[in-house]
Amino acid sequence: MWKYAPLILFFGLLGFLARGLDLDPSELPSPLIDKPAPQFTLPTLHSDATLSSDAFAGDVWLLNVWASWCRACITEHPELEKLNAIEGLTMVGLNYKDIREDGKAWLDRFGDPFDEVLFDQQGGTGIDYGVYGVPETFIMDKQGNIRYKHIGPISPDDLKDTVVPLIEMLKAEQV
Amino acid sequence: MNLRLKAIALLVLITLAGSFSPVRSAEPLLQFANAEQADLYQLLTEEFRCLKCQNQNLADSNASLAQDLRDEIYQAVLKGQSRDEIANYLVARYGDFVLYRPPVKKATYLLWFGPFLLLLFAIGAAWLFIAKKPISPTTVHSEALEDARRRLND
Repeated sequence: MWKYAPLILFFGLLGFLARGLDLDPSELPSPLIDKPAPQFTLPTLHSDATLSSDAFAGDVWLLNVWASWCRACITEHPELEKLNAIEGLTMVGLNYKDIREDGKAWLDRFGDPFDEVLFDQQGGTGIDYGVYGVPETFIMDKQGNIRYKHIGPISPDDLKDTVVPLIEMLKAEQV
Repeated sequence: MNLRLKAIALLVLITLAGSFSPVRSAEPLLQFANAEQADLYQLLTEEFRCLKCQNQNLADSNASLAQDLRDEIYQAVLKGQSRDEIANYLVARYGDFVLYRPPVKKATYLLWFGPFLLLLFAIGAAWLFIAKKPISPTTVHSEALEDARRRLND
């Protein structure tokens, strides 16, 4: 039995290394999952009127952090358009550390999938949400808790396999 | 002084020069109310990881997120917040990963104690390996002697 020990050890190590190859170290678990979404009051991108996170109380809502300087946001954009077609989901964009005119021009060029777009010039709300890479997407339930965080662009597969089923589940939840 | 000594002395000097260099990051000079605050700021920016460039701490990183977080820490230090308060603020948002020294808890037991476990395992394996093969120098010696004698006699 003992003579097989090195072999078992070898395959054990191989297993660990294979798992390591599969992990993406830039995707960090958020400590905010299942916690109340941080409150904010921000100017909207299109006007100086402010909007507070209370406006979305009771909704299933999505917060997408994007910027005109963010290349991956362009990749993700068609998926946001698909999400926009879902009934009963409030789409909120957070224009993060951007220039107001650039942000507006970006939406004009690619299309505006959002119900509301907020303007976070200093990135303070971004810090409250633990944003460290753009794009990032948060999905909140009717009680205002963060239920899901997606780091990086949402791919068509992510949308089909994870995001849409989750939104449907949250919509069905009774408060 | 021979050449090798000179080379070693030069290496030591270069290393020391790097560690004592007053320029730690490209940042405008910050004003603090007292030396404790300046020390706390220095300590904290070195203790936290930049999440954008994961192998740099906040003090060393030029990423814009690192700059923002340095500002947050600076403001918090000026307000007189303690090290724990600031650490909790960042961990609540970014998770334990923001700390270069993660807390000891269930999820990090393997990280903290795994190496010692491996060491114990290695010592055990080495002990088994050594204990299994008793090497008696006298027997080896006498066998070799016998062999040598035989060869001489042939």
